[in-house]
Amino acid sequence: MDTITIGTGTCGVSAGAEAVLEAFQRLISDNQNNTILLAETGCMGMCYKEVLVEVKNSQGEFLYGDVTPDKAAQIFQEHLLEGHPLDEWLVLQNHQEGNERDFILKQHRIVLRNCGLIDPMSIDDYLSKDGYKAITKALMEISPEELIQSVIDSGLRGRGGAGFLTGIKWRFARQSPGKIKYVICNADEGDPGAFMDRSVLEGDPHSVLEGMLLCGYAIGASTGYIYCRAEYPRAIIRLENAIKQAEERRLIGENVLGSGWDFKIKIKEGAGAFVCGEETALIASIEGHRGTPRIRPPYPAAAGLWGKPTNINNVETLANLPWIVQEGPQKYAELGTEHSKGTKVFAMAGKIKRSGLVEVPMGISINEIVFDICGGIKDGKKFKAVQMGGPSGGCIPASLGETLIDYQQINKTGAIMGSGGMIVVDDSTCMVELARFFLEFTQNESCGKCTSCRIGTLRMLEILDRIIEGKGEQCDLDQLEELGHQIKNTSQCGLGQTAPNPVLTTLNYFREEYEAHVQDKCCPAHSCSALVNFMINSENCTGCMICTKDCPVGAISGEKKQVHFIDQEKCIKCGKCITTCNFNAVYKD
Amino acid sequence: MGATLEHHEPKRGIISNLKTAFWQFNNTPGQLIPLLQRAQETEGYISEMAMKYISGITEIPESTVYGVITFYRQFRLRPQGEFVVRLCDGTACHVNDSRLLKEIIEDELNLEGSDTTADGLFTLELVACLGCCSLAPVIMVNDQTYGRLTPQTLRKTLKKYRRLGRELIKEREEKCNLEIGA
Repeated sequence: MDTITIGTGTCGVSAGAEAVLEAFQRLISDNQNNTILLAETGCMGMCYKEVLVEVKNSQGEFLYGDVTPDKAAQIFQEHLLEGHPLDEWLVLQNHQEGNERDFILKQHRIVLRNCGLIDPMSIDDYLSKDGYKAITKALMEISPEELIQSVIDSGLRGRGGAGFLTGIKWRFARQSPGKIKYVICNADEGDPGAFMDRSVLEGDPHSVLEGMLLCGYAIGASTGYIYCRAEYPRAIIRLENAIKQAEERRLIGENVLGSGWDFKIKIKEGAGAFVCGEETALIASIEGHRGTPRIRPPYPAAAGLWGKPTNINNVETLANLPWIVQEGPQKYAELGTEHSKGTKVFAMAGKIKRSGLVEVPMGISINEIVFDICGGIKDGKKFKAVQMGGPSGGCIPASLGETLIDYQQINKTGAIMGSGGMIVVDDSTCMVELARFFLEFTQNESCGKCTSCRIGTLRMLEILDRIIEGKGEQCDLDQLEELGHQIKNTSQCGLGQTAPNPVLTTLNYFREEYEAHVQDKCCPAHSCSALVNFMINSENCTGCMICTKDCPVGAISGEKKQVHFIDQEKCIKCGKCITTCNFNAVYKD
Repeated sequence: MGATLEHHEPKRGIISNLKTAFWQFNNTPGQLIPLLQRAQETEGYISEMAMKYISGITEIPESTVYGVITFYRQFRLRPQGEFVVRLCDGTACHVNDSRLLKEIIEDELNLEGSDTTADGLFTLELVACLGCCSLAPVIMVNDQTYGRLTPQTLRKTLKKYRRLGRELIKEREEKCNLEIGA
């Protein structure tokens, strides 16, 4: 039977997957064709080519990119009915050939093993990919202690950011006295520009549930919570459905698989607070309080949710576990470097040609990811830096592009592995402004408990604002550094301890850019409005007079159908002309 | 203007909805946030009445409930406009000039420093990440996503919604006049 599979993860839907799905539904019913099956799947990783449609028939598997309802009609007619694949829109053939093969060549998929291949709403699809075999095997053949040992042997480290060894964390929770214990899946993915966990939850929710079952069995818990961002409605729907299906099959609930062990899973919707990604704040939020962190110890492994021993793992960590149990910890430990085993999923975005989700073995270099997998920088511009770890991370300059993806190596640069957001920037991005962007985020999200984080980040933000407005002084740079170190040393939780990282790393690697702002009062990236001149490109300007009317200070002059001119003396650099020009003729210089 | 005022009155069903939710949660600990979420789902924001009612049934002081509401970004104490424009300010959108989009939205909708327009039609909300970074820069208007925006396409999109908004107000006014006439 021929199958049409459409990627309907959030990225696909945003790009118009629903209209494409409807188009195919209509085509199938109009043709009264019963031999073509229409299916949905999660994120395939190639977000830059959404909407993605896969056609599977006797000729093989064909993946089409940038599909629109019109293209859908043509694909349906020529490929499915007449048997002629449309080469020009094809991105991949049989998962390994085709125009975009470079994107997948260096990837190694463990966490994303089923994403984009199975229907996330169907437990049978997951079962057909050896789903729930790991928990069956564990319940039948492996004792909890052996399971913990094999997770330690695999070398799996927490993928949420901190990178603590997962097996050791489990052992602490197992050894904590108490009958009632909890497992929490941290799905409060808050870093702007990170969407790894969402894609896993949307594309393969059962793998996360199975990971939680394994964890629950290992530490002796009987209840699990998934703390999921409310901003991920699609992920929540798919999780709810997955839990219901697993309960019907007796994989979750009372007497799991006849073993006599009970394990329930509940979903808790977050209410939008970045700090709730921190373990103790997350627990406070589940308990119904303001999500402020508390001093550790006691660690959640000793006293967590409702004061009971609790183990918290991130979505990606949990999704690794079924694979590790089935394939064996050695096979997992073979991948990667000495201290960093397995694979890591990155959400690639920014100024690269191919943005999307990639899963690479640890030990690959940043350059390999940026150039070999993601195709390098868009519009022929120059690779400047990658930002890793979101607001808690830092910027790694292009000169350190050979740095390997490894917890120690990344930490050495001042950035962190983080949860997996990787934003690539080119030379048109101002690093001072980028640092300010992240600091503004953490400043907003500071829970306010520690003075140094609450007020210190605000003072740093004020200094950065001054620099960007061209009012900065040389001593501001030293003050930024001093404040940054103080906030790091005196904040209680991970948010404050890492908030200054984006500023400190850019100060370290791009100091000359900061100095250009304070000494020469110019922005080398031509980005900060106060430090540039607004100019009109004579080739693009059509002389439509719109900007001359809209300029609030009357700085733009020009006759109809003549190239306009901006009087730099009068210009207040408000940028209004850029936003009103219909021909892209105004630029910053 | 009469058409927009009705939003400020508590929506029917809020109390019965909260009652059912309270019964469902069966007084389990940690029910406060789900209750507040239910209230917001029903009314579009958390009204003073809903807040007082929740405080009463859970026996959590109003001050604590208020503290929880203001801590989380999801909760609103004021109703939103008919069209909610969510501007993504995630990193990918930011490096693709989402700041420029913000200025355009404020200009096009005449927001003048407030987050909701005077006629109650539009609310601008800055969000951390909408999760479709490859389409950056992105906005969402209610449930519809618009990606790879340029100043021109953004203005065009907003103009479309302003037209819709004007029609909506007109419809309401006609309805209002009809009721008065009857």
